[in-house]
Amino acid sequence: MGEELLLRMTGISKAFPGVQALDDVHLDVESGTVHALMGENGAGKSTLMKVLAGIYHADSGSIWFNGADVSIPDSAVALKLGISMIHQELSPVPAMMVAENIFLGREPLNRFGMVDRGQMIAKTQALFDKWGIAINPRATMRSLVVAQMQMVEIAKAISYDSRLIVMDEPTSAISEREVSHLHHMIKSLKESGVAVIYITHKMDEVFKISDKVTVFRDGKHVATIPAADLDRQKLITLMVGRELTHLFPKEDVAIGEIVMSVRGLTRIGVITDISFDLRRGEILGLAGLMGAGRTEVLEALFGVTRVDAGEVTVNGNVVHIKSPSDAIHAGMGLLTEDRKKTGIMGALSVRDNMVVAALARFSPGGILRPGMIEAAAKAERDALDIKTPSLSQLIKNLSGGNQQKVLVSRWLLTSPDILMIDEPTRGIDVGAKSEIHKLMSGLAKQGKAILMVSSELPEILGMSDRVLVMAGGRITAEFSREEVTQEKVLEAATLVAPAA
Amino acid sequence: MTAAATTPREGAGRDRVTGLLRKYLIVFIFLGMCALLAIFSPDHSFLKPQNLINVVRQISVIGLLAMGVMLCIITMGIDLSLGSVLGFSAVVAASLVQQPAWKEAIYPGLQLPAIAAVLAGLAAGILLGGLNGMLIAGFRIPPFIATLGMMTAARGFAYIYSNGRPVSTLNEDFLFLGKGDIGGLPVPIIIFLTVVVLMHLMLTYTRFGRHIYAIGGNEVAARVSGINVGRTKIFIYLISGMLAGLGGVVLTARVQSATPALGMGFELDAIASAVIGGTSFAGGIGTVWGTVVGALIIGVMNNGLDLLNVSPFYQQVVKGVIIVVAIIIDERKNR
Repeated sequence: MGEELLLRMTGISKAFPGVQALDDVHLDVESGTVHALMGENGAGKSTLMKVLAGIYHADSGSIWFNGADVSIPDSAVALKLGISMIHQELSPVPAMMVAENIFLGREPLNRFGMVDRGQMIAKTQALFDKWGIAINPRATMRSLVVAQMQMVEIAKAISYDSRLIVMDEPTSAISEREVSHLHHMIKSLKESGVAVIYITHKMDEVFKISDKVTVFRDGKHVATIPAADLDRQKLITLMVGRELTHLFPKEDVAIGEIVMSVRGLTRIGVITDISFDLRRGEILGLAGLMGAGRTEVLEALFGVTRVDAGEVTVNGNVVHIKSPSDAIHAGMGLLTEDRKKTGIMGALSVRDNMVVAALARFSPGGILRPGMIEAAAKAERDALDIKTPSLSQLIKNLSGGNQQKVLVSRWLLTSPDILMIDEPTRGIDVGAKSEIHKLMSGLAKQGKAILMVSSELPEILGMSDRVLVMAGGRITAEFSREEVTQEKVLEAATLVAPAA
Repeated sequence: MTAAATTPREGAGRDRVTGLLRKYLIVFIFLGMCALLAIFSPDHSFLKPQNLINVVRQISVIGLLAMGVMLCIITMGIDLSLGSVLGFSAVVAASLVQQPAWKEAIYPGLQLPAIAAVLAGLAAGILLGGLNGMLIAGFRIPPFIATLGMMTAARGFAYIYSNGRPVSTLNEDFLFLGKGDIGGLPVPIIIFLTVVVLMHLMLTYTRFGRHIYAIGGNEVAARVSGINVGRTKIFIYLISGMLAGLGGVVLTARVQSATPALGMGFELDAIASAVIGGTSFAGGIGTVWGTVVGALIIGVMNNGLDLLNVSPFYQQVVKGVIIVVAIIIDERKNR
């Protein structure tokens, strides 16, 4: 089959509040090839593909596809052009059957204008037979396991007879056997002239199936290189290859005795055998790619989710944490990952947001002491330099950085020994970032132990006294501040985890 | 900490006036309605003290229910069972204070003090409201569904308990709760105002009150902050049921009889009061004073449309329009 140019994206830029997600990016894809997109979390791969599929609109740039300049305002247009996408987050309708999911939005009709179920099922069966998929088209979607759902999504994308199929981490939820099945499918698609854009974090896959590799970093195009000219080491260097900035002022602090030790923490199918110690004055970085299980470790420790096995010791005593309230009593605090969704209480004031986790302290006998609250909130505002017109201001009107500071103060008011912070600086501007980092450094100096999850390697490297790397729900490596490098972290983060 | 903690955004200096106008918009609307009625009602009868007392007396029962449903709405829930719970509590309460000589009484010959009926009415409300809370917090049934079920079932309980007949011929000392007055102020109004003050204190000055706002503001964040969300919700629906029980007692005493159909549809006026008063279905927002003004607007509207001789058919339409307009204003405010 010919390898003529099928897709050319040029000068694509896209900004979200506070982030330049794509900066003048270009991408060429030839038909009949598999083109892998690589890069760290937030490098811009998924954003670019969402622009291509009509889910996001680029701020600037142009798309040329199959011989003509095109504009793609929504996914219906993308599909009509011959571009289909398998999303990272599955989007099935659980109550519908498999065939109905495949034909969602383009249901075949009979001559009375009613949905023709029989035809739908027959067509689905034919599709599955052709691609060797053993799933009953009549089964309801919710009765399938995740791997089967993923295969249905893949079959659905293929069924549009597209010229170009985008697969965004299609193998993150399926087993070895299905992965090799998928690779076979990709091979025959390729032979029939279809182009595949493949996003993955698994390096082995890249070398196994792709013809070309494009690397992104911080929203910019870094390089496009034939896969044959690449090796693992070279690829990692391309992905991280950045100068470390000095935004991260972690001061040297005398590291004290062990505050918390975790042994064998397991939540079946999510995290496996997590063990580590955390010391006074230490910032322990938890690195890994999206879906590695980092957030899940924090949630399990904090009693947000149940655990199946493991022992946690705090200050020498074994603790049994069944709810966040137990965790708070044990001296822990948790700043969650998604500030908007699980952090701030948008309709409430800055003051209310600050004191909510420490209300018991301010309400002996259940009755609030407004004077105490006011004094404490003022003290926190001044100590953390929170910029707000007043403490009665609604928190949703503050900037991201100041919201984050309010959330830090929420936990400081509970006087924790252990502060767990998930993505401390996600989505906040550079100045506020450095303030949050200074703040964390200061807390470590006061003897707090900090467990930090971060997807930003420079943050992990700059702030951590010690780094744990996770992949596939397990800890795959541990590095001291002296020995850690971006390359080592990424290497450990992309290890294929042993089958659970 | 004052009510400012939960009121809409404060203006930043230059738009302080707009901010103030927005914040108290509903109060201005209320005062505007009163002014119009004062001018246009025949003989300015709207302003007569007897009429004004009447307005408040009429909203005292709806107002009690509105206090309860406001708590539910602040936590992004709802209580549709209020009217039915009121009906059930009413027949239970009334059955304990029928005149002993009355042959068709449910418990002939029974002689109990009024307080027993009050406690029984409250207990009935607490029981059903607590059950609502249990369904919502324990079985994770959406509040809309759980209380919809209770709305139907509780009405059934009322009919079963009363055998479908009005429970009437009640003792005079019980009727005092509805017809009596202390220093010229009708007892229902005194009860309503007492509840208003208690609710305000609870929401503003207790830990429990802060927990309610926190859950409405962000339920996940509230849980992570160590708040026992389930227990708080159970108490919220229990209080809502209890206030419906109290409403049943007061209404029975006022109309001198408890029919099993009593309070049908009251939940809708209660919800309307809370919403007109600025309680937001998006959660975390709502004040006692706002809800009181919301209830007053409904009361004044009913009263005023009567005084102006507007047909009851049209009154319904006007009421519907006002509710929707209030929501539109609320949406824009929160944008």
